[in-house]
Amino acid sequence: MSWAEKVLQIDRRWIFLAIGIAVTVPFFLPLGLPVVVTPPVQSLYDAVEELEPGSNPLLLSIDYAPATLPELEPMAMAIMRHCFENDVNVVVMTLHPAGYGLAERALLAAAEEYGLTYGEDYVFLGFQPGTSAVILGMGINIRNVFPEDAYGAPMDDLPLMQGVRNYDDIPLVISLAGWSAAEAWIYYAYQPYRQRVGAGVTAVMATDFYPYLNAGQLEGLLGGMRGAAEYEVLIDTPDQGARGMDSQSVIHLIIIILIAVGNAAYFISRRGKTVSGVSGS
Amino acid sequence: MRRQIPLALCFIFGVFMAIQYFIPLHSVADMQERILMWLQTLLAFAFLLGTVSLIKVHYHKIRNRADDRFYSYVALAGLLGMISFGFFHPAHNAPGSPFSMLFLNVQVPIEATMFSLLAFYVASAAFRAFRARTLEATLLLVAACIVMLGRVPIGDIIHGGIPQMTRWILEVPNLASKRGVMIGVGLGMMATALKIILGIERAWMGGSD
Repeated sequence: MSWAEKVLQIDRRWIFLAIGIAVTVPFFLPLGLPVVVTPPVQSLYDAVEELEPGSNPLLLSIDYAPATLPELEPMAMAIMRHCFENDVNVVVMTLHPAGYGLAERALLAAAEEYGLTYGEDYVFLGFQPGTSAVILGMGINIRNVFPEDAYGAPMDDLPLMQGVRNYDDIPLVISLAGWSAAEAWIYYAYQPYRQRVGAGVTAVMATDFYPYLNAGQLEGLLGGMRGAAEYEVLIDTPDQGARGMDSQSVIHLIIIILIAVGNAAYFISRRGKTVSGVSGS
Repeated sequence: MRRQIPLALCFIFGVFMAIQYFIPLHSVADMQERILMWLQTLLAFAFLLGTVSLIKVHYHKIRNRADDRFYSYVALAGLLGMISFGFFHPAHNAPGSPFSMLFLNVQVPIEATMFSLLAFYVASAAFRAFRARTLEATLLLVAACIVMLGRVPIGDIIHGGIPQMTRWILEVPNLASKRGVMIGVGLGMMATALKIILGIERAWMGGSD
């Protein structure tokens, strides 16, 4: 067996070990790689930055489940920190049944950092089933869809919600989603109501959103943990996203090396077989 | 009648929801609002249906003493436990309630762990299966490597042109192909919707025709 064939038959547990080390070590020994901000992230940051302090709230739809939490929660935290730093009020909701607990956790953590008051500075609407019906219904009257907040308080009892009837009173919606919810916001909020929409999605989904971004249907886009890291750089609060960038850099590099080595070994072993076949005949 | 009534309802509501966009009347908007509220109520029943279906599947596995029935016990215990905490605990939706604690400390780590395993399998699969056997495969491989490097900070350090190439790949060939696919999907969706509204496509009602 040639060395190339030996390489091709390497026990995959060695690869798993390399990936495990590559993920773990940069968390303890940060490389401090610089994160350069890209235009889609800058656009979303600018859209939030333009919001009037203390006026109508930004609607943050936290539409992710635990599986995509590591990529999307840093985005939620960065956006909420940006809003709260600028005195922009935030209303949080979710279209994913598993998003309730995650949305609540992120909102309470961010609000606690800034010592904010529930009902005045931020509100949690909770979950409603029926993605398209919810988004369309909110364009007519939010109270039809969410008559109460997540804790059972009528909307009119919440000072923040008193002047908010529908999308006319919401300057910007941002959907953070690991599934098609962000597209649903474009289809059912931007298209019929011309509601300004921004999105944060997982890295594998990000490519699907470039047509919307290019057409101006999206205000901006955060793609994967890199998107979160860029937003953290913009608000000057490096956190989970920026920390994850070192690990992700090393992992991507390892995968590229594995692809290169795998291909080299494959072609060398194939050439070896062809040469031995020719000489054998 | 079991078929005619659903078909008639589908036609009436389908046509109404399609044309209401073009009729700027309050009465039409009110009707749309009402239909959306009905729709939301109907969709909530999907959760009930899903739960009943899940219980039935696992109940039958346990009743038939299937080899893997242990997992059915676990699934049912988890389901019924969470339902009990959700319905019967006085502060079920308060932060820190047993319902919330179980979700955040059991379900979240389990799901995040399952998804994280992808990194290991992607690396292994890339090593074993990602081969430049043809021109198309080589193009895909090169584009993938450039985008992978361009989406992480180390790409900027290796060469300043890598992030620019990544942006070009995402904003030109990717965007063009996605648009083509999306337009095709959109037209397909319109055609399917029309077939359903007009009663040509009836698979949604179940049965053979």
